[in-house]
Amino acid sequence: MSKIEIRSPLPGTFYRTPSPDAAPFKADGDAVKSDDTIGLIEVMKTFQEVPAGVDGLSIRFLVEHEEPVMAGQVIAEVGE
Amino acid sequence: MTIQSILIANRGEIAVRIIKAAKALGIRTVQVHSAADADMLAVKLADAAVNIGPPSATKSYLNIAAVIEAAKSTGVDAVHPGYGFLSENADFADAVEAAGLIFIGPKGDAIRLLGDKVAARAVAARAGVPTVPGSAGRLLSLDAAKDVAQTTGFPIMIKAAAGGGGRGIRIAGDMAELERHFPQASAEALAAFGDGGLYLEKVITKARHVEVQILGDGENFIHCFERECSLQRRRQKVWEEAPSFLLPAAVREKLCDSAVALAREVGYRGAGTVEYLYDEISQEFYFIEVNTRIQVEHPVTEMITGIDLVQEMIKVAGGAPLSIAQSEVTVRGHAMECRINAEDPLRNFMPAPGRIETLRVPQGEGIRFDTMLYEGYTIPPFYDSLVGKLIVWAETRDACLDRLKTALEGLTITGIATTVPLHLALANDPDVRRGAFHTRFLETWLETEFAGAAGKTAEVA
Repeated sequence: MSKIEIRSPLPGTFYRTPSPDAAPFKADGDAVKSDDTIGLIEVMKTFQEVPAGVDGLSIRFLVEHEEPVMAGQVIAEVGE
Repeated sequence: MTIQSILIANRGEIAVRIIKAAKALGIRTVQVHSAADADMLAVKLADAAVNIGPPSATKSYLNIAAVIEAAKSTGVDAVHPGYGFLSENADFADAVEAAGLIFIGPKGDAIRLLGDKVAARAVAARAGVPTVPGSAGRLLSLDAAKDVAQTTGFPIMIKAAAGGGGRGIRIAGDMAELERHFPQASAEALAAFGDGGLYLEKVITKARHVEVQILGDGENFIHCFERECSLQRRRQKVWEEAPSFLLPAAVREKLCDSAVALAREVGYRGAGTVEYLYDEISQEFYFIEVNTRIQVEHPVTEMITGIDLVQEMIKVAGGAPLSIAQSEVTVRGHAMECRINAEDPLRNFMPAPGRIETLRVPQGEGIRFDTMLYEGYTIPPFYDSLVGKLIVWAETRDACLDRLKTALEGLTITGIATTVPLHLALANDPDVRRGAFHTRFLETWLETEFAGAAGKTAEVA
């Protein structure tokens, strides 16, 4: 099974949930569609949605909720 | 007790500003920082620095226990909270005092009282300060709300008592809308804030944002005149001036006196700001809220009065009486401040963290640049986008605007996008020159005038 990497478009803080008390956008193992949101990047107090950008059968996150990320850092891998 | 050492519980340009004020008073400085801020300018300028946690503000600059521990371990006498972060957190002010240290700001109780929107409105009313026409306090029923609306007229804002910062607000244009929105707003407020309490405030459609700088030592209270901060985007100030030059003298006097009355009502200590909406047509002003801290735009007041507000708040916190009497506070000339943010105004204000390649700062009479930037510094993505404030003073407002244009042209920051082009366009705008703006002016102007001008520049390039 080939894997495709999802990279952070911006530096900032990565969030897996839409709001503090909400469930994660995606759990490890979930299927994703290209335009599904998989997380948020907070950069300078503004929030940018991160789309999967790819269809896949199973997503695996490599970055924790609320973890700082660099631009271009791999956030998750998607198995096709 | 005179303060001999200060912990700066903040970051960015205001941390630099506080260190400068402390150094001028011969006070030792200790700067806290997150792991992402080890190379920030304030860390380099301070006598000592303490890493208080990971980049996330909730784990560092907002972590009360970590900040108190840093203060205790470095043996400082006092803590300056700056603005934002813990500056208006009453529990933090209490924790600093409980640790046997001085909080440079008002007492925790005063912060708590003035931070509650409904309670602050009541304090203002007691001090004789006009509040926006609306309900006297929490509304218990739709019928009570309808009675209030009958007197104030429409449009009217339905606000959550526990809301704030623009959240929990609905607008009703007539009685039918009030009947429809009121129960929904209560249910929403209960869900969002755990408190369904509502109050009403009339909408002032074309208002200016005018605010008064106050200083108190707990017994004496003065004002340092007013600032005009109507140029806002998404309720964030972009450009500020002092004084509010179109204000009639009689209105200015009433406005400033009302702010002092409010400070006296709560026995205020430190520097604070009383914010108002000013309706130019009726010449009425209305209390909005009190900010119990030093504000971003404090330098315009310093430029026209010659008072160092940050030094004054440190001295007062150390137990000294105010060093200035009201009669000694006079206004000379006009000042303007442009907030320079790491944002791209041509790309919908997209945040632009990154490395500063070149920094050239204009020099000259009446020009001041408060910043945390230096060449080679990398702005981290975790915090506010404010990177500097260009402040310009001159004898008249026209001369000030001319000098500001020259100063903006002489300010070069490369490596990141900044809001300098936005300020240049504002400085060249005839409505800004006339002072013909209100709190809704900038957002419309950005969509029309600025978008048009930016398009033209792109065509030429």
